[in-house]
Amino acid sequence: MEVAQQDVLTAPEAQTVTEMTGSAALLEALLVEGVDTIFGYPGGAIMPIYDALYDYKEKLNHILVRHEQGGIHAGQGYARSSGKVGVVFATSGPGATNLVTGLADAQIDSTPLVCITGQVFAHLLGTDAFQETDVINITTPVTKWNYQVTDANEIPEAIAKAFYIARTGRPGPVLIDITKNAQIQKFDFKGYTPCNHIRSYRPKPIVRPQFIEQAAQVINEAKKPFILWGQGVLLGSAEQEFKAFIEKSGIPAAWTIMGVGAIPTDHPLNVGMLGMHGNYGPNVLTNDCDVLIAIGMRFDDRVTGRLDKYAKQAKVIHLDIDPAEIDKNVQTTVAVWGDCKETLPMLTELVEQKQHTEWLAKFKEYTRQEEEAVINAELRPQTGEMTMGEVVDQLNQLTNGDAVIVTDVGQHQMVGCRYAKFNNTRSNITSGGLGTMGFALPAAIGAKFGAQDKTVVAIIGDGGFQMTLQELGTIMQSGVDVKILILNNRFLGMVRQWQELFNERRYSFVDIQSPDFVQVAKGYGIAGKCIKERDELQSSLKEMLEHKGSFLLEVFVTKENNVFPMVPQGCSVSEIRLK
Amino acid sequence: MSTEETMPEGKQEYNITVYTENQIGLLNRIAIIFTRRKINIDSLNTSPSEIESIHRFNIVINETEDVVRKLARQIEKQVEVLKVYYHTNADIIWQEMALYKVPADIIAEKASVERLLRENGARAVVIRKDYIVFETTGHREETDNLINVLQPFGLIEFVRSARIAIIKDSEGFNRKLREFEKREPGEDVIENEYLNQRDKVFTM
Repeated sequence: MEVAQQDVLTAPEAQTVTEMTGSAALLEALLVEGVDTIFGYPGGAIMPIYDALYDYKEKLNHILVRHEQGGIHAGQGYARSSGKVGVVFATSGPGATNLVTGLADAQIDSTPLVCITGQVFAHLLGTDAFQETDVINITTPVTKWNYQVTDANEIPEAIAKAFYIARTGRPGPVLIDITKNAQIQKFDFKGYTPCNHIRSYRPKPIVRPQFIEQAAQVINEAKKPFILWGQGVLLGSAEQEFKAFIEKSGIPAAWTIMGVGAIPTDHPLNVGMLGMHGNYGPNVLTNDCDVLIAIGMRFDDRVTGRLDKYAKQAKVIHLDIDPAEIDKNVQTTVAVWGDCKETLPMLTELVEQKQHTEWLAKFKEYTRQEEEAVINAELRPQTGEMTMGEVVDQLNQLTNGDAVIVTDVGQHQMVGCRYAKFNNTRSNITSGGLGTMGFALPAAIGAKFGAQDKTVVAIIGDGGFQMTLQELGTIMQSGVDVKILILNNRFLGMVRQWQELFNERRYSFVDIQSPDFVQVAKGYGIAGKCIKERDELQSSLKEMLEHKGSFLLEVFVTKENNVFPMVPQGCSVSEIRLK
Repeated sequence: MSTEETMPEGKQEYNITVYTENQIGLLNRIAIIFTRRKINIDSLNTSPSEIESIHRFNIVINETEDVVRKLARQIEKQVEVLKVYYHTNADIIWQEMALYKVPADIIAEKASVERLLRENGARAVVIRKDYIVFETTGHREETDNLINVLQPFGLIEFVRSARIAIIKDSEGFNRKLREFEKREPGEDVIENEYLNQRDKVFTM
C-alpha cells in the first residue's frame, strides 16, 4: 500500500519542530498516511479532535454517520473496496462500545482499520467518570492491536504503528484510545514518520523455497488436484499471480465467499463456491480430489463441514501468510508460509503446464446436476412469486458483473454470493466470518467512498435492513450514491429455513413485520419503489441503476424459499443436499 | 511424505515460555488466548529476562500437544510477543517456592523444628514467639509434602509461587533479539520448533 510522503514532515535531517496539539498531530499523521475519508461521530471525549478537524475539512472528508456501528461498517466497506485502511472516529464510553461488533467483524475478516476513540482525561481513568469505559480491555480480543495514548508526545508513534500493523501481514483492526488531555496538550511535533519495522512483529514469514519445491512436486504428481482460494488472494493483491498459477497448472479452483472476484465468475477454471450453501461439485469433489491446494483461506467450519470427514483422502498444501492458520483445522502435508504474492509466482515457475480435462469435466457434470435440481428453478421460475435468485440474475444482466455487490447476512447473502456475477476483484463485500446482520447498508456507503467510479448495490434482507437503517440519514446528508435492493420475504429467512428443516417447522420468532420501506426512504429524501410482480422486475432494476443518486428498490420474494444446495451442520461436504 | 503424524493424545503439563516487550495490557492479551478456549492456567509468572526491556512469561497448562501448539502460535501472533516456546517438564529445570506459617508453640511442643527443616529441605525464614514461617523451593511434590507434614501442627497460612523454569537446551535470547532488531531477519527468527520437528513433512 502506498504511503504519501510529505517531505517537510518526514525528512530526518531537516526536522522542523512545530508546537501543536495532540489532535492536530493526529490529523497531520492521517494526511501523511494518505487518508482521505473518515467515518465518525463526535462526542464529549473526542471533541478536541473534532475541533481540530474543523480546520482540516478541505483535506479530510469526514462522513457523519448515524451510529458508531454504522461508522465502523462503513470503514470496513471502504477498506474492502479500496484496499486502503479504513479510518473511524468515535467518542468514549457508548461511542467506543458501539464499535465492538464492527471490530469483531473486521478482526475475523482481516479488514485493515484504524479506529480512534476519545477517552476521558487521564486523571479520571478508573474513577467511573462520565462516559468512561475500559475500551482497551473490551476491545483486546477483537483487535489486532490496541493502545491507549495518555500523552500527546505518544501520538505520532502510536498512529504510525497503528497503520503499519493494520495493513501489513494479515491485516486487521487497530484501535487507538486517546485521553482528552492528550488531545488538548500542546507538544513539540517533530514530524511524522510512517512505521516500517517493529522488532516484535513479523508481518510475513520468510518464504522457504524447499517447501515450494515440495508443494510443486506434490502438485505435479497429482491426478485430481483442486484449489480452494480465499480472501488472502485479494488482501495480498495477488489476483494476477493467482490467475497465472491456475492457468498454467490447469487446476479447477473454487472460492470462499471472502475470496470471490479474484478471477472473473466465468473464468473456465472457476468451478464455483465452497461451503454450506456452495456449489454441488466443489463440495462433493473435495472428498474426491487427491491434492487440495488452499490459498489464503482458513478452513472455516462453514467451508469444511464435518472436519473428520473432510478431504481425508487428499494431500493438503496450504499457502498462508499467518502461521497460526497452518494445521489449525486441517492437517497439511506441505505448508507454504508467506505472502501469496511472493509464493504463487515461485510455485507457478515449478508446476508443469497441464490440462485436467477429465477432472474438470467432473465439475461440469455436477454443475449440470445442480442446474437441473436447483439453479434453473431459482433463476428462471416461470410462475409463482419472485425468487431471490431471479432478482440477482436480472441484476447481473444489467450490471454485467461490474458492480460492487454488498450483501448483508442470511438467505439473500448466500443467494447473492452464489449467483452474482463478478468481473473484478474487491467487488463482493459481505460479512463472512462474523455474519453481522446490519452490515450491508453502512458497508455499502463506505464501499462507494472507496470505489467512487463503481456502481454499488447493497442487497439486504428485510430483517438486516432494520438493524442499521438509520444510516439512510448518512446517505441523505453525504449524498453518496448507493443502490439499495431489499429482498423482502417477510421472514428472518435463514433461521426460518433451519426451523423448517431441523425444528419441525416450529417457526419461533422468525415472522418479522416491516415498515413501508419506500416511505421510510422517502422520509430521508431517497427515491424508492416496491414491486411484487415479475413483469416489473427488469424495468425497476434498470430504473434503480439509472437513477441519479441513491435509490431503494424493495422486491417481494417468495416467503418460504430455501437456499440449496446445503451441507447440514454436522455433515460432511460430500453429504451436501440438493433439496 | 506422510500426513499420519502420531501425536500424543493424552494431556500433560506443558511449560510455555513467552518473550515479550514490556507493554501494559499484554498480560491480558495473552491470558484471554487461554480463557477464550476455557483452558485453565495452572501457573503464570512474569519476570525480566536475561535482556533488559524484554520480559518473560512462564505459563503452565495441562493440555495435549496439539492444543499447546495452536496456543503457542496464537500467542506468537500478538504484535508485542517476540517468541514462544513450549516444553514438557522433562525439557526444563523448574522450581516453585512455598511459604508456610505455623504456630510456634505447637511446633515447639510436638516436633523438632530442626527435624522438620532437615527432612523437608526447608528453612525457617522467620522465627517469632507466636509463629514460624518456613520456606521450601522445589517441585510440586516437595512443596506439597511439607503441607501434609505441617497440617497436624495447625498450618495457619500457605502460599506457593508460580513456576519459574529454565529451558535445558536454550542458548538464551540475546542472539535472537539481534535478529529481531534487523529489518530483514534470518530464517532462524521465524523458525518454529514444531514445524522443524515434523521431519517426515518438512525435510525430504
